[in-house]
Amino acid sequence: MGETLRLEVRRYIPERGPEPFWQSYEVPVRREWMVLDAVNYVKDRLDGSLSHRWACRMGVCGSCGMMVNGEPCLTCATPVTGLLPGPARIEPLRGFPVIRDLVVDIEDFVSKLRRVKPWIVRRSPKPLSEGEHLQTPAELEEYAPFAMCINCLLCYAACPIVPLEPDFVGPAAIALAQRYNLDSRDEGARERMEVLSRSDGIWACTFVGECSVVCPKEVDPARAIQRYKVEAAMDWWRSVLLPWRGES
Amino acid sequence: MRGVGAVRGPIVHRERFPIFWWLGKLSYTRFIARELTSLAVVYTAGGLAALLWTLGRGEEAYRAFLEWLAAPAAVAFHALVLAAVVFHALTWFHLAPTALVVRLRGRKVPDGVVVAGHYAAWLLASVAAAWWLLGGRG
Amino acid sequence: MKHSKDVVFWSLFSSGGTVAALFFPALAGLLLVVIPAGWIEPPAHADLARRAGHPVARFALFAAIGLAAFHWAHRFRYTLYDGLQLYHLYGLIATICYGGAAVLTVAAAWVVWSLP
Repeated sequence: MGETLRLEVRRYIPERGPEPFWQSYEVPVRREWMVLDAVNYVKDRLDGSLSHRWACRMGVCGSCGMMVNGEPCLTCATPVTGLLPGPARIEPLRGFPVIRDLVVDIEDFVSKLRRVKPWIVRRSPKPLSEGEHLQTPAELEEYAPFAMCINCLLCYAACPIVPLEPDFVGPAAIALAQRYNLDSRDEGARERMEVLSRSDGIWACTFVGECSVVCPKEVDPARAIQRYKVEAAMDWWRSVLLPWRGES
Repeated sequence: MRGVGAVRGPIVHRERFPIFWWLGKLSYTRFIARELTSLAVVYTAGGLAALLWTLGRGEEAYRAFLEWLAAPAAVAFHALVLAAVVFHALTWFHLAPTALVVRLRGRKVPDGVVVAGHYAAWLLASVAAAWWLLGGRG
Repeated sequence: MKHSKDVVFWSLFSSGGTVAALFFPALAGLLLVVIPAGWIEPPAHADLARRAGHPVARFALFAAIGLAAFHWAHRFRYTLYDGLQLYHLYGLIATICYGGAAVLTVAAAWVVWSLP
């Protein structure tokens, strides 16, 4: 099989210069290859200086996200044959500062994620003597899709608000907040509402919807965010029209 | 020579976001087109207000308003306004189920049913509006 | 307060959007296209004025115009921020949009009041 594919890779090497540049590589095409295999081929055989992140090779770790021909995708799950005849543009995930080549800095996302308290919040822990938390399948179904998030950040790369408004908490963080809000064991909905019912939280979202389109795990963060807006509105109206009801 | 800052950490590159980002991808362009329908919505609201104003001013004002609306240029422009208002309605109904969680007898109503419900409401509302505007005739 | 002011504006935006989606295609279609094009006879002034003057109609029309105005204000505000990257004019744009909607709402109240 003599077929090759040209990869045009967006490189950035800070010690060589302040501007990113394009570099082309010809890689052989194997029918079963994913884009990640092609990038690994470049690093292993053609240019060891290329830097990129990857780990599980099977779409569960969320490490290998990159822009392929302008679309954010998991490179371990994107077949090379779909890019033929090429050339294919490989760029780092959009919306994040680039550390080097295809490696981006995700610290900002991590701090935003921490802010939404992505863990079960209890006013007081259930004592051991009372046994475990029981949860029906229906209760699990309420939050299960939002629990599938692997923090791959493709949604951040797809969302235009992320680069336009750097303070925007972002789709994955909000979806994960909902994952806990909707968990029957959790009691932290109010605290998360304080963090997210702000102009840099859910209200910055204009429902472009691209986040849900690119999500490889069908989390549907757009749904999480729009539901959250309705929740927040109802919560506010309740506090205005029924103030005696007190805090929920 | 620029390099890894020993004290401050790596020197990162931030890609500039193009000002016409919404022209670069079809889904983005469709999004902006959808958002711009809000102009048609407020225009229609203004048109309603104008109609009510002429109703208050009297028969002559009302007749003059209708004549102005009948000009071919006005009709052509308003056909576009109508198209935008309809586009607003269609996109609104299709996005509504994402925000609404409707429960019937403890079970979640599927998205398609919510959309269908909106279309049914649309039909009823349109009939009611037409009935009001035109005066109860068939 | 737990919520940012945006929750109020978003509520108006979503109510206005729903009202506009349900009623405006028919109203715009008839008033702006079908009647002016001559396919249907316009209602007589006296009849329409009477129907518009009914207290329920007055309130409904005022609410529809006001909510539609605030729907536009909230949506267009963000379209300007995101579409033309005018975040640095955050306050000015918000004032113009919501202020404009308020003006249209007051105008709606006035015309509804001055119906015969």
